[in-house]
Amino acid sequence: MEETIRFSLNGKKQEVRIDPSQTLLWVLRNHFGLTGTKYGCGTGFCGACTVIINKEAVRSCMLPVSDVAGKKVVTIEGLARKGKLHPVQKAFLEHDALQCGFCTPGMIMTVAALLMKSPSPSVEEINAGLEDNLCRCGAHNRIVDAVQMAAGKMKGGK
Amino acid sequence: MKQKSSANPENKGIPRRDFVKLLGGGIFIFFRPWDVINILPEPLPQARTLTKDYNAFLHIAADGTVTCYTGKIEMGQGIITSLPVMMADELNVPLEKVKIVMGDTDLCPWDAGTWGSQSTQSFGMSMRAAAAEARGVLLEMASAQLDVPVTQLEAKDGVITDIKNPDKNITYARLSKGQKLEKYLDVKPSIENHTKFTYVGKSYKHVDGHAKVTGQAKYTGDLKLPGMVFARVLRPPSLSVKLISADVSGAEKIDGAKVVRDGDFIAVLSENRDKADEAIVKITAEYTADELKINHDTIFEQQLKSDITPRVVRGAGDQASGRQESTMKFESEYHDGFLAHAPIETHTALAAIEGGKLTVWASTQTPYPLQDRLVRELGMTLETVRVIVPFVGGGFGGKSAIEQAVEAAKLAKITAKPVMVVWTREEEFIYDNFHTAGVVKLSSGIDSNGKIKFWDYHVYYSGSRGSDIIYDVPNYMTTSYSLTKNAKPVHPFATGPWRAPNANTNTFARECQIDIMASAAGIDPLEFRLKNLKDEKMISCLKAVAEKFGYVAGKSPSGRGIGVACGTDTGTWIAHMAEVKVDKNTGKVKVVRIACAQDMGLCVNPEGALIQMEGCLNMGLGYTFTEEVKFEGGKIQSLGFDTYDIPKFSWIPKLDCVILDRKDKAPRGGGEPAIVAVGAVIANAIYDATGARLFRTPMTPERVLEAIRKV
Repeated sequence: MEETIRFSLNGKKQEVRIDPSQTLLWVLRNHFGLTGTKYGCGTGFCGACTVIINKEAVRSCMLPVSDVAGKKVVTIEGLARKGKLHPVQKAFLEHDALQCGFCTPGMIMTVAALLMKSPSPSVEEINAGLEDNLCRCGAHNRIVDAVQMAAGKMKGGK
Repeated sequence: MKQKSSANPENKGIPRRDFVKLLGGGIFIFFRPWDVINILPEPLPQARTLTKDYNAFLHIAADGTVTCYTGKIEMGQGIITSLPVMMADELNVPLEKVKIVMGDTDLCPWDAGTWGSQSTQSFGMSMRAAAAEARGVLLEMASAQLDVPVTQLEAKDGVITDIKNPDKNITYARLSKGQKLEKYLDVKPSIENHTKFTYVGKSYKHVDGHAKVTGQAKYTGDLKLPGMVFARVLRPPSLSVKLISADVSGAEKIDGAKVVRDGDFIAVLSENRDKADEAIVKITAEYTADELKINHDTIFEQQLKSDITPRVVRGAGDQASGRQESTMKFESEYHDGFLAHAPIETHTALAAIEGGKLTVWASTQTPYPLQDRLVRELGMTLETVRVIVPFVGGGFGGKSAIEQAVEAAKLAKITAKPVMVVWTREEEFIYDNFHTAGVVKLSSGIDSNGKIKFWDYHVYYSGSRGSDIIYDVPNYMTTSYSLTKNAKPVHPFATGPWRAPNANTNTFARECQIDIMASAAGIDPLEFRLKNLKDEKMISCLKAVAEKFGYVAGKSPSGRGIGVACGTDTGTWIAHMAEVKVDKNTGKVKVVRIACAQDMGLCVNPEGALIQMEGCLNMGLGYTFTEEVKFEGGKIQSLGFDTYDIPKFSWIPKLDCVILDRKDKAPRGGGEPAIVAVGAVIANAIYDATGARLFRTPMTPERVLEAIRKV
């Protein structure tokens, strides 16, 4: 049943011998100890498990780990480079755009992917991009402010 | 200032904190869960009340680091940031030297639970009193060491200095030597007043922000112990059926899955979460039939018909003469459905037994009640049960329920392995303790001058929180009806506190009724409120919100879509104004903006308080527009975020919040008040836009359309 799956995880080559039907979410959390990617619903409706695969935001709770073979996976732990926070992380801190923080990694990964595609999104585009990322604490307004700030910083060459 | 000292007046055992220096402090302990276990503390005090021993609240390490201990937990409300701010000011130490340990039953003073917006106003005041006593003791110790009278000493930044000879000084760290302070003051010193604050009243960002944006913050589900297994528990399809038989052979065939059974309690365990998920659905089980005839629409009728007991909450004057003096009378009935808490982190717990001691890490608002429950359920003692609460991914009242932790502990006992229980989203919906459905029947009347003459308020199932009259009414009566003791429950669900429990229901009823009367009297709704108010705090809040909003008076319905509402909760006063756009063809409502003014007494961290207000307003849009748990018999139909819609980015209005400056007053609650009037302010704004009055939340497009048709 087990297969060897090779992929890039946070910039490092990884090889894992595992049941390929297991979801990427639990493999990240349980096998690699990358617990920043959260279980929120298991059915793709909340976005807490969002990671970036080949520059696209993807729900890891629905994805068999075999699907990432040969691909580049980035989790919240891999977003900062050499201890330097990603502009989106910085902007979330600057705007205090979180409360309980449980949706935060998924939000940040979704935003990071959004800004790769659309470097200066309008508020409507930001809302549309984050519509299926749920925040129960109600930090939405600050998250939108943070996205705008991050977009501005990134356009200015960081 | 001469203070007498003595031995600990309570003479109770306090957990030894020698190990604190090994640990440093802060909630890092969750990264290495076993370290603390190996160093057993002395027995816990048996009395389950908050101790008055100041040593239980704080510790001064040999390097000057101050650790504050609290049985409260952090679930996003921000007390991890604000409690150290209060400690720093009261003890006179630099804020950066203060750390915090939260929600650990072995280390922290007993606490009833993190709810009711009590952390600052209740625990915070006890903590400040403790810090004040510690400061007094340190001054006495310094007085003896420096041979300078206490009156000639000043404590600042963790150093006590002779005012007349500043070279003569000594640090707290040198005085305490990292040990527990031995002296107690017979006359407790008073806490500092606001003119002495250095840190309180300034804005601070979440201290846990960095850990949360980098994915490093540890929640219960992020912990892992050697040999740990994930458990999935077999659940019935309905809450009103019982298990007849179960065939678990299919589950046992799944690679690495193990079935555990204790009576009707059946669980599947596996080192891989996906395998436990795969195995649990392979169990075939037979259940009794669901014979309950009730659903989310018939619930109100059944609630009113059932065996209920009235209780007069408050009353004054005479209803009959009030009715006589009224030229216009109004009768309304308001309905409010069941609500789910729906935190993004589902109920989670990790349990492990080692050396006869059970340790449970749980996403809970109530570590000490959980400890009590585990002692009872597993036949253990308080000394052998420890509960630790890592970061909690949202609670809103729902994590006062602790079943997931009991399940994990039972399974850890049966299997002798560390067991992790992470409820699925479905489980979270089915086993939630919902905000209760309820009914308010309300009669009121006004005279020809628009003065309220009587108020006859009957609330069923929703309790009286938030039902305060507020307005100046000569003849009033509030009666609260609840299920008679030992009577058969109407529904099979657990109900419990949901952010500002039931104050949403009661505020909705009161503030809609006020609007109905204002409109009938032909008076602007703000003016009508001010005309009928004597409460200075509420008058100030309404004036402040009107200014923030840029309110222009107008009789409702004006067509503008502007609403007003106000309320109180946990000692805090709030007033809202909102602007909505209603699509009269679809019934869809878009909230353009909400302004909110809040009087919460002393505000410890204004930025933190604003974030809580914004959170309340946004979360309140859920019960206002969509949230309602649907069910048929004992079967919950709202099982996920596809069928139970919570607020999303596209709904979010512009928010303008203002906190009234009340530094000289005692601090009050901040986590809940601003949610209580959201339903009412939107209902009143919808009425102002359309002339359609809604009497039931959530105000779905269908209900809005139906109300518009009746205009």
